[in-house]
Amino acid sequence: MSTNALRRTGGGGQSGDRIFSGASLAAGCLILGVLFSVAVFLIIQALPVFGADPAEITGGEGFFTYIFPIVIGTVIAAAIALLIATPLGIGVALFISHYAPRRFAQPFGYVIDLLAAIPSVVYGAWGYSVLAPQLALAYDWLARNMGWIPIFEGPASQTGRTMLTAGIVLAVMVLPIITSLSREIFLQTPSLHEEAALAMGATRWEMITMAVLPFARPGIISAAMLGLGRALGETMAVALVLSGGGLTASLIQSGNQTIAAEIALNFPEAFGLRLSELIAAGLVLFVITLAVNMIARWIISRHKEFSGAN
Amino acid sequence: MANATLTPRRSQLTKGKLPNWAMWAVLAGALILGAAVAALVGFSIISWAIFSAVFFIIAGTAVTGVAEGGRKARNRLALFLIYGAFIVALLPLLSVIWTVLERGVPGLSYNFLFTSMNGVTGAIDNESVAEGTPVLGGAYHAIVGTLQITLWATLISVPIGLLAAVYLVEYSTGGSLARAITFFVDVMTGIPSIVAGLFAAALFGQLFGPGTRTGFVAAVALSVLMIPVVVRSTEEMLKIVPNELREAAYALGVRKWRTITKVVVPTAISGIASGVTLAIARVIGETAPILVTAGFASSINWNVFGDWMSTLPTFIYYQILTPTSPTATDPSTQRAWAAALVLIIMVMLLNLVARLIARLFAPKTSR
Repeated sequence: MSTNALRRTGGGGQSGDRIFSGASLAAGCLILGVLFSVAVFLIIQALPVFGADPAEITGGEGFFTYIFPIVIGTVIAAAIALLIATPLGIGVALFISHYAPRRFAQPFGYVIDLLAAIPSVVYGAWGYSVLAPQLALAYDWLARNMGWIPIFEGPASQTGRTMLTAGIVLAVMVLPIITSLSREIFLQTPSLHEEAALAMGATRWEMITMAVLPFARPGIISAAMLGLGRALGETMAVALVLSGGGLTASLIQSGNQTIAAEIALNFPEAFGLRLSELIAAGLVLFVITLAVNMIARWIISRHKEFSGAN
Repeated sequence: MANATLTPRRSQLTKGKLPNWAMWAVLAGALILGAAVAALVGFSIISWAIFSAVFFIIAGTAVTGVAEGGRKARNRLALFLIYGAFIVALLPLLSVIWTVLERGVPGLSYNFLFTSMNGVTGAIDNESVAEGTPVLGGAYHAIVGTLQITLWATLISVPIGLLAAVYLVEYSTGGSLARAITFFVDVMTGIPSIVAGLFAAALFGQLFGPGTRTGFVAAVALSVLMIPVVVRSTEEMLKIVPNELREAAYALGVRKWRTITKVVVPTAISGIASGVTLAIARVIGETAPILVTAGFASSINWNVFGDWMSTLPTFIYYQILTPTSPTATDPSTQRAWAAALVLIIMVMLLNLVARLIARLFAPKTSR
């Protein structure tokens, strides 16, 4: 390294170098330390729950019985959000990358990114007061006509503040994440592949299914996983929209609850064991999202290696 | 038709292709049919739009399939669905912005911006509903809290994020520590905001006794969310600083830390500043971490190290979920939407400022 030679010839000012490199190294390590201490402090504060008498836990049957329904609720809400947002996000990303007129592609991208700029509490308020009353009518119809399917079992909620509404609001919130990531990947498709497909007489859609989507598959999967991570941890939209309760199969009745919303709704008044309970719930959420995010990042980093080939 | 004089038949290239007006005709048909069906189940703009869209997609695909064949029909269907996806994605954005403007503007006044909720009780709200007097109380305390907490979060996370990015780009040699930092910074961007809040609450609860809730705890929680964003954007910006600049500085005998502070960072400063601004825009709207760390206050509190604090997002949340007057919720709803409008304006301004910084202060590239 040429810099080492320079460093040796200089007289004073070496301490400046040392302090600065030390400080930046410390900052890097601090970040690792923060993530580590997130886990440690959550575990320390959650410990009392695991030693406590099962009868003292909310619900009276131990921590596992308490956490299980809200884990399921969290997964249901995130699953609804992904089922809606993934196809929609891929469609929007394809529109911006391959369908929209070139001149408008970038402005359209900005517009979709605006969805990400709106604070979650505003989405919650919107879902609570605009979307839910609208959907209540649709739920009523669903309950009358498709009530034989367990997830649409009546009687439908009159306020519309149900799991399905919460899932739809979450879908809107994760849409910009899925869109912007898959858009990036779609734009990286080797144009030679696309042109080859078109030259063989493929229609635009055939070109997309043959050249773009196979190339982008890992990227789409990781985009969906990152969206899932966001949907699992999203708090305010669910806390405001969902009128929570016990675990029910029907998505159009009030009921179910997610971990994040459970914490937000109960934490301000909690103390003692209840506090530990909620922190333990947060720990469970942390572990779930950490796993989802790590898998997503792993897929992306694996993808990086072979996308350099073109 | 240019080739009509050469041959009476249509060109071989466009044979069997639908004329351009065909889809407009299908659209018109779908709109009429949609209106008819919508009228049967109770007419509304929404049901009309939904039925027409469904009919248009089915009929358009079918017409193309008959005239041009299955492959073209699939192509057409994909086109419809992809354009449709974009339109559907726009609907919530337009609806949210419209709702916030429609409901927020009436509540936005000088009084709202510069008074707190101190002393505003349910009785006052009941009175303003019953007698039509102006709604009292405002979000001044929440605006103060938002600015204070965000300022402290920025003060904590910008130096750490900046230095960590400098370490990653300038000092590390791609070793396992650097890879670990990069990986965990990526993972940290995915931490649920409520977990960040719980972490800060657990940390301060451990150090200063349970129930410690101040603005500073909230600022720590927000920095956990903000640091990874700052690191990522700064890292990207430092990476694109040309190596020639560093080498030129070294050739003049400038020390590495002087090179970084005087050459590398100033070159990338526009990108760094816009990244930091976007990070602020991201955390300013966070609700959940504030809820569990700063509590809720209805009076003005300038001290981030003592007592509970409100921010705009928690103000909105509590005004909607627990209205000041349980029987007359209108004043609370009005305050909530006005606060939402203020918050959205703040976030949009920050986004705009970020773009302006990136554009105006971008380093002059050699042409």
